[in-house]
Amino acid sequence: MRVAGYGRVDRGAALSFRFDGRPLRGFAGDTLASALLANGVRLVGRSFKCHRPRGLLAAGSEEPNGLVSVAGVPNLRATMVELAEGLEAQAQNAWPALGLDLMAVNDLFAPFLGAGFYYKAFMGPGRTWERVYEPLIRRAAGLGRLGRAPDETWRETAYAHCDLLVIGAGPAGLMAALTAGRAGRDVILAEEDAAAGGRLLAEDEEVDGRPGADWALAVARDLAAMPNVRVMMRTAVTGAYDGGTYAALERAAPGHAGPRETFWRIVAPRAVLAAGALERPIAFADNDRPGIMLAGAARAYLHRWGAVAGPRVAVFANNGGAARTARDMARAGVEVTGVFDAREGAHVVGSRGRQGLRAVTVEAGGRRHAVPADCLAVSGGWSPNVHLACHLGARPVWDDRLAAFLPPQDGVPGMVPAGAAAGVFSTAGCLASGVDAAVAALGVDALELPRAEDGAYEIAPLWHVPGKRRAWLDFQNDVTVKDVQGAAAENYRSVEHMKRYTTQGMAPDQGKSSNLLALAVLAEATGRSIPETGTTTFRPPYVPVPVGAMGAGGRGRRFAPERLSPANDAIAGRGAPTVEAGLWHRPSYFPAPGEGWEAACAREAAMVRNAVGVADVSTLGKIDVQGPVAGAFLDFVYANGISTLKAGRARYGIMLREDGHVMDDGTVARLGDDHFLLTTTTAAAGPVMRHLEFVHQCLRPEMDLRMVSVSDQWAQFAVAGPRARAVLGAVLEGGLPDPFPFMACGAVSVGGVAGRLFRISFSGELGYEIAVPARYGTALYAALLAAAEAEGGGPYGMEAMNVLRIEKGFLTHAEIDGRVTAHDLGLGRMVAEKDCIGRVAAGRPALTDPARPRLVGVRTVAAGDEMTAGALLFAKGNRPTAPNIAGHVSSVGWSTVSGRMIGLGFLKHGPERLGEVVRLVDRLRGVWTDVEITAPCFYDTEGGRMRG
Amino acid sequence: MRYSAWQVIRQGLTGNRGWAPVWRDPAPRPAYDVVIVGGGGHGLATAYYLAKNHGITNVAVLEKGYLGGGNVGRNTTIVRANYLLPGNSEFYSHSLKLWEGLEEELNFNVMHSQRGVINIFHSDAQRDAAARRGNAMLAQGDDAILLDRDGVRAMLPYLDFDQARFPIHGGLYHPRGGTARHDAVAWGFARGADRLGVDLIQNCEVTGISVEGGQVRGVETTRGAIRAGKVGLAAAGRSSQVAAMAGLRLPIESHVLQAFVTEGLKPVVDHVVTFGMGHFYISQSDKGGLVFGGDLDFYASYAARGNLPMAEHVMEAGVALMPMLARARVLRSWGGIMDMTPDGSPIIDRTPVGGLFLNAGWCYGGFKAVPGSGWSFAHLIATGAPHGPAARYRLDRFARGDLIDEEGRGSQHNLH
Amino acid sequence: MRIDCPLCGARDRREFHYLGAAVYLDRPGPAAGPEAWDAYLHQRENPAGRGRELWCHEAGCGAWLAVERDMTSHAVVSVRLAEAGA
Ligand SMILES: Cc1cc2nc3c(=O)[nH]c(=O)nc-3n(C[C@H](O)[C@H](O)[C@H](O)COP(=O)(O)OP(=O)(O)OC[C@H]3O[C@@H](n4cnc5c(N)ncnc54)[C@H](O)[C@@H]3O)c2cc1C
Ligand SMILES: [Zn+2]
Repeated sequence: MRVAGYGRVDRGAALSFRFDGRPLRGFAGDTLASALLANGVRLVGRSFKCHRPRGLLAAGSEEPNGLVSVAGVPNLRATMVELAEGLEAQAQNAWPALGLDLMAVNDLFAPFLGAGFYYKAFMGPGRTWERVYEPLIRRAAGLGRLGRAPDETWRETAYAHCDLLVIGAGPAGLMAALTAGRAGRDVILAEEDAAAGGRLLAEDEEVDGRPGADWALAVARDLAAMPNVRVMMRTAVTGAYDGGTYAALERAAPGHAGPRETFWRIVAPRAVLAAGALERPIAFADNDRPGIMLAGAARAYLHRWGAVAGPRVAVFANNGGAARTARDMARAGVEVTGVFDAREGAHVVGSRGRQGLRAVTVEAGGRRHAVPADCLAVSGGWSPNVHLACHLGARPVWDDRLAAFLPPQDGVPGMVPAGAAAGVFSTAGCLASGVDAAVAALGVDALELPRAEDGAYEIAPLWHVPGKRRAWLDFQNDVTVKDVQGAAAENYRSVEHMKRYTTQGMAPDQGKSSNLLALAVLAEATGRSIPETGTTTFRPPYVPVPVGAMGAGGRGRRFAPERLSPANDAIAGRGAPTVEAGLWHRPSYFPAPGEGWEAACAREAAMVRNAVGVADVSTLGKIDVQGPVAGAFLDFVYANGISTLKAGRARYGIMLREDGHVMDDGTVARLGDDHFLLTTTTAAAGPVMRHLEFVHQCLRPEMDLRMVSVSDQWAQFAVAGPRARAVLGAVLEGGLPDPFPFMACGAVSVGGVAGRLFRISFSGELGYEIAVPARYGTALYAALLAAAEAEGGGPYGMEAMNVLRIEKGFLTHAEIDGRVTAHDLGLGRMVAEKDCIGRVAAGRPALTDPARPRLVGVRTVAAGDEMTAGALLFAKGNRPTAPNIAGHVSSVGWSTVSGRMIGLGFLKHGPERLGEVVRLVDRLRGVWTDVEITAPCFYDTEGGRMRG
Repeated sequence: MRYSAWQVIRQGLTGNRGWAPVWRDPAPRPAYDVVIVGGGGHGLATAYYLAKNHGITNVAVLEKGYLGGGNVGRNTTIVRANYLLPGNSEFYSHSLKLWEGLEEELNFNVMHSQRGVINIFHSDAQRDAAARRGNAMLAQGDDAILLDRDGVRAMLPYLDFDQARFPIHGGLYHPRGGTARHDAVAWGFARGADRLGVDLIQNCEVTGISVEGGQVRGVETTRGAIRAGKVGLAAAGRSSQVAAMAGLRLPIESHVLQAFVTEGLKPVVDHVVTFGMGHFYISQSDKGGLVFGGDLDFYASYAARGNLPMAEHVMEAGVALMPMLARARVLRSWGGIMDMTPDGSPIIDRTPVGGLFLNAGWCYGGFKAVPGSGWSFAHLIATGAPHGPAARYRLDRFARGDLIDEEGRGSQHNLH
Repeated sequence: MRIDCPLCGARDRREFHYLGAAVYLDRPGPAAGPEAWDAYLHQRENPAGRGRELWCHEAGCGAWLAVERDMTSHAVVSVRLAEAGA
């Protein structure tokens, strides 16, 4: 029902909307909640367990009952949904309809659905839980529907920095922001609501001789005009974190063109917590009927939106809110059918009405009587909004006079509570407290205070009215006073046990308006005081945050960076599918028309073996190390000796972790006496770089050297195959240097560009790698390919590269999987007698045990047999059970030179078992094969082709 | 009092006034045969199996806060036996078998739900690693199925198959994996132990361990000194502090792991799903909340709460894997203190102090271990000899190099 | 969490990489013996209060830092360049 002359909605701007399909009308400035009330809609939702009809309890984000779905987004608070033309909202958790919800039969079974009933029943036999009970429970539980369609909403994350973050734009927050802003400090004022003013919007109060809401509007305008102040409306601060970091969620106004939601990280060494207080109800029998709402909410609906839940209002409170509510309602011409002040011994003990309140039962002076009412405004007192002050683990402090918890001192370093959040409940007090807080936080000058009301807050605690029928505490989770008492009787006496057993406070509202009531009931049931009983833990977020806001960076391809080789365009132009390595995309194979991957791979491998191939190896990590003692440093970080390397030569190297396992392998090229270039595997480039800096800065700071990652600075290509010389001869200025023996390196010139040439091979063929500055990568790649094609060669990809290296027993991270030692890889002899990272730990007894699985080659006995990576190896005749596992296969490929599948793997006592036939078992993929154990090299074991 | 559907009805008809306390709340006695430090999942299960399997009932579990208030009451409840390496493989296999009869064993519905765990992989290399793991699981007698991309799509049609930064290649499906209700596991073991005569003593912090001549004599607590012939430590994230009371230094660094839950939703995610590229995993609780998490915050911590960078990363991974998740809203975040070891695997062993036994280093995988760990630790305490499936969880394995490093990350505590 | 890099100023935690306790600075010699190496690699004091640890300002200046921090409150007490010694 709308009250004439009340509310700040724009009566000139009518909006039509639908609730559960029903066409209704409201005004600009309405929330969905206020518009529903104005339309006489009291039933807005169904409760979680018993499907009880429920109406609005609150007017803010703490609303427990009015959860709706809008445009497929579930669980939105009707109180926070700003009305817009054409809005369609659906009620939730009702079937088939909100008004006629058949699931409400649950309520008849309520005696059997008490707290924790499910722990005591539905046990077995066998899988009946998964098959029968659990699906039933799951279907009955839950609130809104998520829907499985992808979410396309635009959301962003952002950073902000300020001297002072003011949380809440009520009277305290406005004054704090004004004080800091006038002093020239950088201020962010964040307010969850769409309008500034806080309670001033909800009460009939004057500040400085004008309506409080007008004063607030003017101050907010002044603040917004200051260049050093940023006013963030519709922005809920959701969490306090370490180091003065706060999280906040900003919602866009209806019709706003930018992102719908932005997740902010605000860095603020100082903050003023002016988040106000939340009102709590009083529990009594059947206190959940639609129409029963918080008194402060009833006043908010009246003053801010000109809406009341019905023509007859009764009031029940244990504090001054009783009189204030009655006064305001009466002034507005709403019939007040009764004011029941618990401090004077009047209690509401029951309610009537099917889907909405018709009357309340009152007990006063020992007599009961019914009082007609469409709306009961209830107040059990106010609880300072201590949430954020407790996010770092501090516990709130009980205050007997206010019958409420106050924020802890220094709960969040740099945060000063102010106003109602600090337990100051008069407007004048809040204004002053806001100024004081800013002064305390920043040491700035105080401002003069506006005039305002300064009434006292008097409360006589009353948490619940004893009675036989159910009295609700947690409306969302259907937790009653009896549930809490029952939990205590069953010895779930700790507040956490009570919470977890009854689910009190675990619903979407996190018990904002009910936790204290439940605590009080538990305290009473266990004979302890409320502070002795303690609170549960306050955890972020203060209000629920869309996963898609906090995780806005994860959508689609944004989830991780993509790294592309300098030759990427040329590669893509040849239609090569790519695989991911590290964050790089690398070509898998280069299919000829109509060719599948296997054929392409075999062709490319044969091409390298017989002619020449060109592969992009730009993605390998490259680290440039320079300094007079660089050689000694590398001796320390590589397991094998490096300093003995001569300038103009390269060497294979393995790096160990300090725990003795192999971290990575690659080549080290000595470009000059004081100048080395290391390569790492693609995925290990970052970790190796970090490790080297660690060793230098932390373990060998006295060593005079510098290093830098040059992975992105150089494009590099492998040219491999018997015709490699011809290809290089064609592109290098002045032809191929001569002599340029195996493992030589040196400077070259390519088309006037200074490059580097390395004679190294990952294929076992005559091979070179040639590098030029990255921007010439595409050009060089094209030139190399043209030259290669003239020699009957062409490009090859990762698949062929993999086969070629398996044939030679060269390693990748399929073998170097973080669990292997140099000993396991047959490289034990490379670990030189010197102090180097990992050498001591590699000598631990279990790591040198000959029974450890060690690197071997495997080839199928029968040429046509299959072999898979990830298969296990068993001695012939052993059953394929866990204790018998003798090893596994790490890499496989079809080897043209072997005419069968070959692979690398690890086998216990491996090197001692060459020639043995073992059983390869891949039960997962149904592969059972006899394989022969070989040395891990299948091709050109003498290495003549590579060196030749 | 036996719990059953009939009991629920009977009590319901009489106003639910007749329920017996779930456990007693005794004051500590001056001496016990065995004292267990820590009333989490492992401590409670140990006490239960000491009484049940070994007839040792003169036992106290000392808990500094409330029973089940540590990690057992704040984990993401995944129960699985999908390990690769000897040591873990047999241990978790044994534990899962115990889970499969736990409701009947405890007469408490722990809601063990074998809804299946699916690990998504994104490359051939990851597929091969998954295959090796799956084959090890099968060899251990557990179950594993390798799904290709279409197989995953048929089960999890809501994943991002089209736009994803890391395309989905397939998944390793472990049908017997699933979830359970964490609190119920703690309460079920607590009630079971209490009914067998074990004293569960809450608000009783162990502040000292008395050792004489290399032999443990008892503990000091905030509720007085308690003598004991044997003391078992099961203090999870606090293991280092408690062991230090006996002069021991442990190969453990404590780290914080965060987790998140959304508002209640109607059923939408029916399995446990993990993302191979984003350290993200998710399941839906029976109440409807989507429960998910990711990696450690990566810095040492005793604060059971985390910070934004990891929280955001987890959300990003969630959105990347399951675009529908973007419109679900996170209701609550929390953290627990993880006892991280240098190889990511736990310790169940004797200590250099006679009569003092150690159960620690569960990292973020100790919930699924609760029954198996209780069983094996009870066996060790009762008999003095390691229990088969847990025999490799030795304290000296780091010094010896006999590591159980599932992730292959090496001896850095926070990388597992 | 924010760490005050001596070279760059206060920066968000996400710019830094954590390694572990600052014992990593005290690498034993090659002949120190198995116990010293076990202690270095594995055993940790793991204080539930102030401790010293190593972080790298990886997404900043690249400096390795010795950070004194309270593991319970997460308060950063002091930050020094690791190369300046422990
Ligand atoms: C966010 C998160 C997600 C996780 N997800 C999973 C998962 O999905 N699957 C899985 O298997 N595992 C998971 N875990 C790990 C698992 O929860 C733990 O490994 C396991 O619970 C630890 O064993 P516990 O239950 O005995 O520990 P806790 O429950 O922590 O028990 C230790 C107890 O010791 C008490 N204590 C400590 N010091 C003292 C003292 N001085 N005196 C007396 N008492 C003391 C503590 O108060 C505590 O109650 C997760 C953990 C977290 C935090
Ligand atoms: Zn820096």
